Amino acid sequence: MPVSLLAIPFLPLASFVLTLLVGKRLGTRAHWVPIITVLLAFFFSLLAFFRVLSGEIINQDLYTWISSGSLTVSVGFLVDQLTAVMLIVVTSVSALVHIYSVGYMKGEEGYYRFFAYLSLFTFSMLMLVMGNNFLQLFFGWEAVGLSSYLLIGFYYEKKSAADAGKKAFIVNRFGDFGFIIGLLLIFTQFGSLHYHEVFGSADSIAGQSISLLGLEAGVATVIALLLFCGAIGKSAQLPLHVWLPDAMEGPTPVSALIHAATMVTAGVFLVARCSPIFELSTFTLNLITIVGALTALFAATIALVQTDIKRVVAYSTVSQLAYMFIACGVGAYSAGIFHLFTHAYFKALLFLGCGSVILAMHHEQDARSMGGLKAVMPITYATFLIASLSISGMPGLAGFFSKDEILLMAFNTHLGAGKFAWAIGTLVAFMTALYSFRLLFLIFHGSFRGSEQQRSHLHESPRVVTVPLILLAIGAVGAGWFGVPSVLGGSNHWAHFLEPVLGHPHVHLSGLTEALLMGSSVLAGVLGIALAWYLYLVRPDLPGVLAQRFSSCHRLLANKYYVDELYDRFIVKPTLTFSRRVLLRLVDLACIEFVVNGIPRAIGSLAEKMRRVQDGYVSHYLAWMGGGALVILVVLLVRI
Amino acid sequence: MSIPLLSTLIFFPILGGLSLLFIARDQTATLRMMALIITLIELLLVLPLFLLFDKTTPVMQFQEHHSWISALNINYSLGIDGISILFVFLTALIMVLSILVSWESISTKVKEFFIAMLILEGAMMGVFLATDFFLFYIFWEAMLIPMFLIIGVWGGPKRIYATVKFFLFTLLGSLLLLVGIILLYINGGQTFDIIKLAGQSYPLKLQLILFWAFFAAFAVKVPMWPVHTWLPDAHTEAPAAGSVILAGVLIKMGAYGFLRFSLPILPDATREMLLPMLILSVIAIVYGAIICLAQTDLKRLIAYSSVSHMGFVTLGLFALNQRGLEGSILQMINHGIITGALFLAIGMIYERTHTREIASYGGLASTMPVFAGFFLLFTLAAVGLPGTNGFIGEFLILLGGFERLPWTAVFAATGLILGAWYMLWLYQRLFFNEVKEEMRGLPELNLREIITLAPMVLLIFWIGLYPNALLSYLHVSVVHLLEQVHGGGVEGSIQSLSLALSP
Repeated sequence: MPVSLLAIPFLPLASFVLTLLVGKRLGTRAHWVPIITVLLAFFFSLLAFFRVLSGEIINQDLYTWISSGSLTVSVGFLVDQLTAVMLIVVTSVSALVHIYSVGYMKGEEGYYRFFAYLSLFTFSMLMLVMGNNFLQLFFGWEAVGLSSYLLIGFYYEKKSAADAGKKAFIVNRFGDFGFIIGLLLIFTQFGSLHYHEVFGSADSIAGQSISLLGLEAGVATVIALLLFCGAIGKSAQLPLHVWLPDAMEGPTPVSALIHAATMVTAGVFLVARCSPIFELSTFTLNLITIVGALTALFAATIALVQTDIKRVVAYSTVSQLAYMFIACGVGAYSAGIFHLFTHAYFKALLFLGCGSVILAMHHEQDARSMGGLKAVMPITYATFLIASLSISGMPGLAGFFSKDEILLMAFNTHLGAGKFAWAIGTLVAFMTALYSFRLLFLIFHGSFRGSEQQRSHLHESPRVVTVPLILLAIGAVGAGWFGVPSVLGGSNHWAHFLEPVLGHPHVHLSGLTEALLMGSSVLAGVLGIALAWYLYLVRPDLPGVLAQRFSSCHRLLANKYYVDELYDRFIVKPTLTFSRRVLLRLVDLACIEFVVNGIPRAIGSLAEKMRRVQDGYVSHYLAWMGGGALVILVVLLVRI
Repeated sequence: MSIPLLSTLIFFPILGGLSLLFIARDQTATLRMMALIITLIELLLVLPLFLLFDKTTPVMQFQEHHSWISALNINYSLGIDGISILFVFLTALIMVLSILVSWESISTKVKEFFIAMLILEGAMMGVFLATDFFLFYIFWEAMLIPMFLIIGVWGGPKRIYATVKFFLFTLLGSLLLLVGIILLYINGGQTFDIIKLAGQSYPLKLQLILFWAFFAAFAVKVPMWPVHTWLPDAHTEAPAAGSVILAGVLIKMGAYGFLRFSLPILPDATREMLLPMLILSVIAIVYGAIICLAQTDLKRLIAYSSVSHMGFVTLGLFALNQRGLEGSILQMINHGIITGALFLAIGMIYERTHTREIASYGGLASTMPVFAGFFLLFTLAAVGLPGTNGFIGEFLILLGGFERLPWTAVFAATGLILGAWYMLWLYQRLFFNEVKEEMRGLPELNLREIITLAPMVLLIFWIGLYPNALLSYLHVSVVHLLEQVHGGGVEGSIQSLSLALSP
């Protein structure tokens, strides 16, 4: 196996170990090893990418991890078109976030720990995307979960942060529950967990059915549903989305890297990677499309009313991830990965922009006490504006191309849920522009609403922060140019590049329809921006009036549809009560303990009674003896 | 055979323990050091076993035979196969660490404590090495005496209650086991030789009687649900070393008993009783995990988590296929390492705070960051994070269970969610949140403590990343065992009972 390939994941691993062990002594220089290793990983990823571009696919085992009977699982690496794209996304965003963190985390306690965890995360994510089998994918899958847990709870003395980290891990485990059963089923069906063998014989399960817990279902459908279960958890889709907004407790660079650009997209990657299986189940594909559409709408509506700037962007992430699932659901996996790619840059940019604002505001995150920052923070403003235009799908920017491709594919598909997803998707495009520009206007336009003290400290962030912003802004503009559709005179290099792995659905729409679809989604975006402009700049009193007029609706959204409360009431509390009242008190202490302590107690009390017989009086003994003899005599006489 | 290696493993620590008698009781430093050196040498003695062991044969190796009570055909015979060799290693390792963790925490009757520990080690070795059923029984019972003493003399405030309970539970089981052994002796051609006994066939009715007699002894030890209630009490009251040995070695003996006796000698009854055994395993997994959520005592929580983890072990065992069994055996070693490590860590923190109440902790990550790092690793291994040893065992068991009866794996997999829930919640309450006043200024781990915990970390990752190092010892022995249970010619993945495919 080429060393340059192994270096990609293992350099960050080495950096993690090193930084954890000696980082404390390095103090404020602790970031050097992580930054250099991640830059090297990026460089080697580029090399790998060009190799793939020249037609070289690598699929090699490093060593045998587990073997038991017919089960053999290796640690091995697969670098194909899909992996190559992911490598670029992961290492480039990770490198920029590393650099940005030097400015953002300056002077924080546990500076070295932060960078060590970033390295751990980078390693884990690379293992996830580079594995050539399901078990290694699962290794990376859980390891990114661990890094996320550690980084969300970075400020662990704060209970809300510790809670959020724990919640992220446990909610993800609900998804993993399905994932792991899916792996068991894959192994029993295919006799292997390696992609090559499983996908190579995926057709063999077509049309087969299985009975599980008394229900009859198609094997492919069951496997696809179980894998999707894992994807829902990791990518924060309904109904397992609840952990992602809370994850904003973590430092902002973490939100950008893990909870926007890379880890949360692992679910999309999983579905794309397993497309040969998903393609066999129309039912699952339709379900994915519907879940995607509903999540997109659900999260966008919440984003409209949140006031914590990071939470707005978090819900926006949930909503954008949902677009990627819509793409996968309609069989346009490459469109999903395209949006994953462009989203990584404009969403990381939005988060890091928020971080820059938060730095200037001295860790204030409430948009209500911001305003007018554009004068003090020109670079942050300009880059934030680019990201907002990109996410709103303005022509020429990255988000435009990928979102347009998804909506086109949704409209194009023969699957039942396609048109529904297209309609919702277009509506959400309008809402996306609305909440993004609401955020932009609230932060940067109008007049400053914070305290005098905050005002006096406002400043543009240092260059170590703004340079990553500028680089990401380039991505937020240019990342879409790899996939310019033919209707605009391009040749969609993106889809062609990924076609060997992900396939590409045939587009049967006329050029005019395509142009109309594109026009409608752009129009939705423009309308959204215009409405935000009217509501937050022209008539800033209106939002308050509206919130009052529709107060119950506003409350519902502000409280995120009360999903957390529902889970708490119907899952968490009942389990705890059941544990305490039923299992511990009733079964363990009252029943089992009663029985097992009861037997010795019964023997004890019997012995107590017997003891009285043996009281030491010779006369009593004589009486017993006489009585005994009498009984024996009677018995003997009767038997005769 | 020049050196009786296996006998040495049994009698070296016992004689070593007796040699402590000649050291004055106030020489505590010497006593400790002697005990440590003896257990270290014992650990080194295990090494040649691994080097000389032939992985290609299921036959007992390093055998020793001596006639003992010839009138009853009772022999002193020892042997080791791919299964027991791992337990021998585990025992030797756990004992070294138990001595280390008792370094300062045992301050009364130090001499007697270390003597009891060393005799216990010899007896436990005997349990895993005996190939004569009667000899096995002798060691099985002998081991309990020092264990009772360790809990009853050096334990916590309610130690007498815990010891009596432990005693009663195991006594009842042991008596039935003895009856079973005698019954087997009478019906099995007047021999106690395990290999010979396994080579014969018995009527199903007798097998069933024997199965339940053995079950009484083994299930209590594991402990399987619902005879688990002695474990939380024994763990909470035992000194740190006692808990480590309980979790690390002692409760493995129940599952080892199933493997060594029930499965090969009573194959028909085992197959007949498969479903109830699987059901009890699944109940233990879910029940043990949920009840952890209600625990307020640190040691009780880990004790109940053992019930859940041992549920995984018996699930894999009674899946009766290769992945299930190999996963099960590996998981016993893993659980010994992980839970042993957790009890070691708890012992260290208890020495500092003298409380087991979870609620009185908080913010330890700030005051003892190194300790927090160790504990995090053990926690992650306990929740089966891939890359740690806990994952390998659980995954193989789930696979084995799924191949046998899919729903068992589905229910067992809920243990993954619940496990993460109670362990991370525990971790948060101990290490995160605001630093409690009483937790300020606690001393960080010292070098001895770090040396105690470090091998556990190495093992967790070594087995997690390269489990074949241990699995390769198991393959042949497990396949052989499966042939005994299923009557030969079986690869391991026998067709599932209900995973029926229809085109």
